[in-house]
Amino acid sequence: MGCNKKALVALIGSVFMAGASQVLADPSALMMANTCAGCHGTEGKSVGPASPNLAGISEAYFIDSMNAFKEGTRPATIMDRIAKGYSESQIESMAGYFASLPVYKASVPHDAGKAQMGADVYDKGCAKCHDENGALADDDAGILAGQWLPWLKYSMADFQSGHREMPKKMKKAVKKLSDDEIEAVLHFFASQK
Amino acid sequence: MASFTRRKFLKVAGSAAAVSSLGFPAIVGAASKKVVIVGGGVSGATTAKYIRMADSSIDVTLVEPNKEYYTCFMSNEVLSGHRTMESIKVTYDGLRGHGVNVIHDTVTDIDAAGKKVMTAGGKTLAFDRCVVAPGISFIDNIEGYDGDAMKAMPHAWKAGEQTVILRKQLEAMPDGGVVAIAAPPNPFRCPPGPYERACQIAMYLQAKKPKSKLIIMDSKDKFSKFGLFKQAFSRYFPNHIEWVAAKAGGKVTRVDAKSNTLYVGDTAHKVDVANVIPAQRAGAIAIKAGLTNDKGWCPIDGRTFESTMQKGIHVVGDASIAAPLPKSGYAANSEGKVCAAAIVDMLNGRTPGDPALVNTCYSIVGPNDAISVAMVYDLQEGKLAKVKGSGGLTPKDASAEMRGREVQYAYSWFENIKNDSWG
Ligand SMILES: Cc1cc2nc3c(=O)[nH]c(=O)nc-3n(C[C@H](O)[C@H](O)[C@H](O)COP(=O)(O)OP(=O)(O)OC[C@H]3O[C@@H](n4cnc5c(N)ncnc54)[C@H](O)[C@@H]3O)c2cc1C
Ligand code: HEC
Ligand code: HEC
Repeated sequence: MGCNKKALVALIGSVFMAGASQVLADPSALMMANTCAGCHGTEGKSVGPASPNLAGISEAYFIDSMNAFKEGTRPATIMDRIAKGYSESQIESMAGYFASLPVYKASVPHDAGKAQMGADVYDKGCAKCHDENGALADDDAGILAGQWLPWLKYSMADFQSGHREMPKKMKKAVKKLSDDEIEAVLHFFASQK
Repeated sequence: MASFTRRKFLKVAGSAAAVSSLGFPAIVGAASKKVVIVGGGVSGATTAKYIRMADSSIDVTLVEPNKEYYTCFMSNEVLSGHRTMESIKVTYDGLRGHGVNVIHDTVTDIDAAGKKVMTAGGKTLAFDRCVVAPGISFIDNIEGYDGDAMKAMPHAWKAGEQTVILRKQLEAMPDGGVVAIAAPPNPFRCPPGPYERACQIAMYLQAKKPKSKLIIMDSKDKFSKFGLFKQAFSRYFPNHIEWVAAKAGGKVTRVDAKSNTLYVGDTAHKVDVANVIPAQRAGAIAIKAGLTNDKGWCPIDGRTFESTMQKGIHVVGDASIAAPLPKSGYAANSEGKVCAAAIVDMLNGRTPGDPALVNTCYSIVGPNDAISVAMVYDLQEGKLAKVKGSGGLTPKDASAEMRGREVQYAYSWFENIKNDSWG
């Protein structure tokens, strides 16, 4: 799989097509993914201030997210309406495209003091599952490093309010933290370059 | 000058085009694949950039008179004083960085058969494929709304000087004054635009001139995001916005710019600030080039955005008939990418693939409150169509928290679409 992905990366440009989609009468992955750029940035690199980067997101997490938006099990302002426009195979084909891009960490405005305090919180509570300071796609838990701060805050708020189901063990880690500590660790993720 | 030598080379190269499709694009392709784009707005800029991103051997020239482009989107926030003109300005440096040859000039003629474009500056530009992206022009459906009246009663429907005039008039107006927006008939650029504008101006009036009032005089009886806008009008601006439907006497037919008077038939409405938005059709150059139908818009093939009236010429953005897509910036950007992919395929001897498009329009309707409409489109039986089950409006009962988030996402959309189109 990993090898395949690299071959695909080399082909992106004008001919990222067919590879992932089975049906002939289907837009290419690149064609579909390009329509997301108006909100998520060219090649999944958002210039902010809030909408998340998609570049480098893992295939599994992308597919899970799109399906959760589609089914309404993950809170959304607009992705629920957009995700409903794509079939299972189209979502898989876009997943391949976004996963083939290198992880992108944006220059996100943040509070350096909070980020420093957040580093400890991260080591104690989050590192286990959000490896490499939140930049490891293979964790299948979203890219948190260099992610836009408002977006990180919204995600956390949805978890804590119960609108979005939090992984059990993450819940345990989060429960131990004060509001200030949570704020700090989000600044830590945002500060990653 | 550079393009002159390149053109000369093209003549010498002769059969380069035929050779390139046989499989030597890297060697002779550069001289044989020329695209000229007319207009550097959202759709033209996006087409230029995405052609270059997909195939840098294609020679792309973009002709646009203005060195600085002001986005219409978010210009309503300039009217409320929430945003500066500087923040809606973009330049063409980004496109130049992608290797697009940007010429600041105006296209005066397009010769479809001879495959060349003529400019006011006296240039003749040869093309293999031409993209016409001139946006809109106005129809004089309102008597008395001529060039001078446009300065006195600005439309501000093309951002720039017009936006500044309207903002200055609002600032100069005394408290207790009446502002009128004369809203245009369908189809027109940015269907929710006049109503978002009403909310933005009303926010300014509430804060700075609370005894003033805004009247929307409409040529229609219904409009985009109708329920959501009416909800916002009554929630935030019960004393500041009044909407008058066409059937209730809202349709402006004549103006007198000297006395700032709007007429509905014989009934006169004298106001302090008049924002008159006329009916619209495709940009003048599209009409001149024979690309428009009897209604003044350009029919296209949904797979390639190639004109069905002139071969070798594509039309994107507001000027094209891309329904069910609306005439919006998001749609213009999305159409530009479909057109770019098709042109890259066609110039490389491949059959263009199936298109995919998205539209979203955000409207900021109150303090920390935005609404949106979204839709996914593809090609069904040869025609652009909505993907069933996708899209729709912000739910009417969305929480204040979610509508506050939509403001932040509207700003994200604004920054990303600017960067995706011109960056
Ligand atoms: C108040 C307002 C608010 C809006 N808000 C939104 C929004 O929130 N979201 C959204 O999606 N859309 C919005 N829109 C709509 C959006 O601005 C347009 O749909 C979009 O600009 C269309 O792009 P275009 O490329 O077709 O035309 P334009 O962007 O108008 O570009 C046309 C360009 O062609 C050039 N040109 C014309 N004739 C020639 C010629 N002969 N030679 C060379 N160049 C030429 C012009 O100078 C211009 O730069 C809004 C519009 C208005 C008026
Ligand atoms: C109109 C703007 C808009 C468009 C267009 C858009 N998105 Fe989104 N996207 C958002 C917003 C806003 C969020 C945050 C969730 C929400 O509020 O809807 C988001 C979140 C996401 C997420 C979750 C990211 C994470 O790290 O958890 C994914 C995945 C995603 N979008 C994929 C896509 C894809 C694929 C497309 C194109 C087919 C697309 N989006 C088009 C605005 C947009
Ligand atoms: C036991 C593993 C685990 C731990 C510990 C953990 N997380 Fe997570 N986290 C996950 C998983 C899995 C997801 C993806 C959830 C989903 O699919 O909806 C996630 C998602 C997230 C998201 C949302 C990402 C997005 O794209 O929407 C944020 C933010 C987050 N975690 C922050 C944290 C923080 C902060 C900590 C430390 C306090 C932490 N997590 C600890 C497993 C963990």
